Amino acid sequence: MGHKRRAWGAALAAMALLATSACGGDDGGDGGGSDVEVFTWWASGSEKAGLDALVAVFDEQNPDLKFINGSVAGGAGKDAKNVLASRLQQEDPPDTFQAHAGAELTDYINNGQIQDLTSMYDEEGWNDVFPETLIERLKQDGKIYSVPSNIHRANVVWANNAVLTDAGLDPKAKYASLDEWFAALDKVKAKGKVALSIATDWTQVHLLETVLLADLGEEAYNGLWDGSTDWSGDEVKAALEDYSKLLSYTNEDRQSLDWPDATQMVIDGEAGFNVMGDWAVAAFDENQKTLDTDYVAFPVPGTEGVFDFLADSFTLPVGAPNEDGTKAWLQTVASPEGQEAFNAAKGSIPANTEADTSAFGPYQQTAIEDYASDQIVSSLAHGAAVPISWLTDVTSAVAKFSANGDVDELQGDLADAAEKAAG
Amino acid sequence: MRRSWRTWAPGLILLLPSMVLIGIFVYGLIVANVQTSLTDQHTRVGPGNWAGLENYRTLFGDEDFRYGLRNLLYYTLAFLAGTLLIGFVWAWLLERGLWGEGFFRAVYLFPMAVSFIASGVVWRWLLNSAEGDRATGLNRGFDSLHLGFLSNEWWSNERWGILAIAVPAVWQLAGYVMALFLAGFRGIPEELREAARMDGASEWKLYRHVIFPQLSPVALSAIIIVGHMSLKVFDLIVAIAGDTNYTTKVPAIDLWTEYSRGDYAISSAIGTVLLVIVAVLIVPYLVYTFRQERRR
Repeated sequence: MGHKRRAWGAALAAMALLATSACGGDDGGDGGGSDVEVFTWWASGSEKAGLDALVAVFDEQNPDLKFINGSVAGGAGKDAKNVLASRLQQEDPPDTFQAHAGAELTDYINNGQIQDLTSMYDEEGWNDVFPETLIERLKQDGKIYSVPSNIHRANVVWANNAVLTDAGLDPKAKYASLDEWFAALDKVKAKGKVALSIATDWTQVHLLETVLLADLGEEAYNGLWDGSTDWSGDEVKAALEDYSKLLSYTNEDRQSLDWPDATQMVIDGEAGFNVMGDWAVAAFDENQKTLDTDYVAFPVPGTEGVFDFLADSFTLPVGAPNEDGTKAWLQTVASPEGQEAFNAAKGSIPANTEADTSAFGPYQQTAIEDYASDQIVSSLAHGAAVPISWLTDVTSAVAKFSANGDVDELQGDLADAAEKAAG
Repeated sequence: MRRSWRTWAPGLILLLPSMVLIGIFVYGLIVANVQTSLTDQHTRVGPGNWAGLENYRTLFGDEDFRYGLRNLLYYTLAFLAGTLLIGFVWAWLLERGLWGEGFFRAVYLFPMAVSFIASGVVWRWLLNSAEGDRATGLNRGFDSLHLGFLSNEWWSNERWGILAIAVPAVWQLAGYVMALFLAGFRGIPEELREAARMDGASEWKLYRHVIFPQLSPVALSAIIIVGHMSLKVFDLIVAIAGDTNYTTKVPAIDLWTEYSRGDYAISSAIGTVLLVIVAVLIVPYLVYTFRQERRR
């Protein structure tokens, strides 16, 4: 009797286990009808505020559609990308997902996971509202696959006026080249301050890309990504020497910090300069610092007149459950109203030149002006210039350089990365 | 041999679910992993074509991967030596009837209750490499104790950086090893010591010939447990140094990097290499314990 009961118990337990493991697969995703699932990594802070503002516009423009928030937090988008990859693989795509505009989309395109939006651009007249040079940067083999929601600029130097004045420098001074900047950095260093603050590996890649841009010029810089500029050449070598020199001005605990720490060093007057994308302006705002009186922001020396862009954008996945809903979302994202609401909250600038930007902050005004007139190039560190896989190799090479300081090895690794990416 | 089904069936039914689940989700996936590692599926979308041992050749031909393996070796040696030495000394002190045993036992054992990720966040700050005015954490402590010469760059050193990661690992696991040794000490009957003393053994000889041999199975278990944890180190490094830092590279970090970029073939090859390394440690131990049990 006892045995029998135990056997039944075991069998029941086994069945229960199998039942629970069988029904784990098919949740979410059933977004037919009026639901529009939007997959992002905007889960907190100003990014969440931006998304909420955008959703408000979407609801107003499309009262019969329902926004479903599919955001995945953590890892600056890395976790979200891993989740997204498995969903796309199981052919369970969201209605639209966030991705950095530009080459980061390459993998999705090659895998046949997102749809060509070129005809939608023609129908909606988006070719006229986004700057031509941006459209040029968005194209892959002549086709466009995503709609940019916002623009950030990467080649910006942030400097603390008090530290500069103390070192005998004029905060309003312009530096035409890196060499002129080195002289200024020397003066800050002589005062016992950190001349140039920097953080962990990706911020070093970020600095490297601006140095490449400064030394090579925009044409040769663009050539790095399509193979027309030789990574093993003397010009790149000279740029890497400059990068190495810049790194000698930086804080030794760089590997322990992330970008807010490095920017905070400038805000707190521990460091003179910091190179960071223009999302840093939010950190200055939070500390009640005023542009031009407390701090200055200018293009990295040698990159005047060039706008090193990165952008978030939205896609139309193959097999999206509610394709009309996706298109409505993309229309909201591209619309002047959507761009205005989103960017005012997130602290970036609208990609759509028709958006009303009169209410934007003083830094953004300068960025908007430059965006309309400058040459636009793609950022390396933020997925616009190269696919993720190539960027991974570049980051490894730069991280290694931070540890051993060997310029030749860095150049060799970067050349290998380019060769590997070319296949 | 006419045993009734009642003797074996309940046991089998009880074990069947776990056998099926482990069969699929552990061994089945190991096979799938090895299969993927033998293809050229360097993207997220498969399947790839047969590529033989190409991925393994790429890995072992890659200087950076070998550097990661070297780091793993250094880390494991430091971790093992540190936990065994400290754990043993603590256990020995407590075993000799130090005052407040219960208190110290709890204090030493407690770090084990903290997850590597949580303690890593604190150690990231403690092991900050800034020196001089901007120093924080341990370097700041050295400075204020006038031991400034001890300040160092910790885990950002290319050659020895990985050893700095072993410091928190030792801190966390030494108490556990202490508990193992303490149990070992307690398991040695008092009569054995008395007999040795009667025979005129000195205190050193008593340890050398009576206590240590009795403790060796405990030491072996400790080596296996700490050793296999060490080979799988990932969370501690990610929390302290991040997943892109060069000086603290180990194969598990490479695996994550390759997986995140979508190179499934290479990442599964790294997974297989790690599995083999752990198996080299574990399998002889399993064989040994199996034989021991059969002998009984």
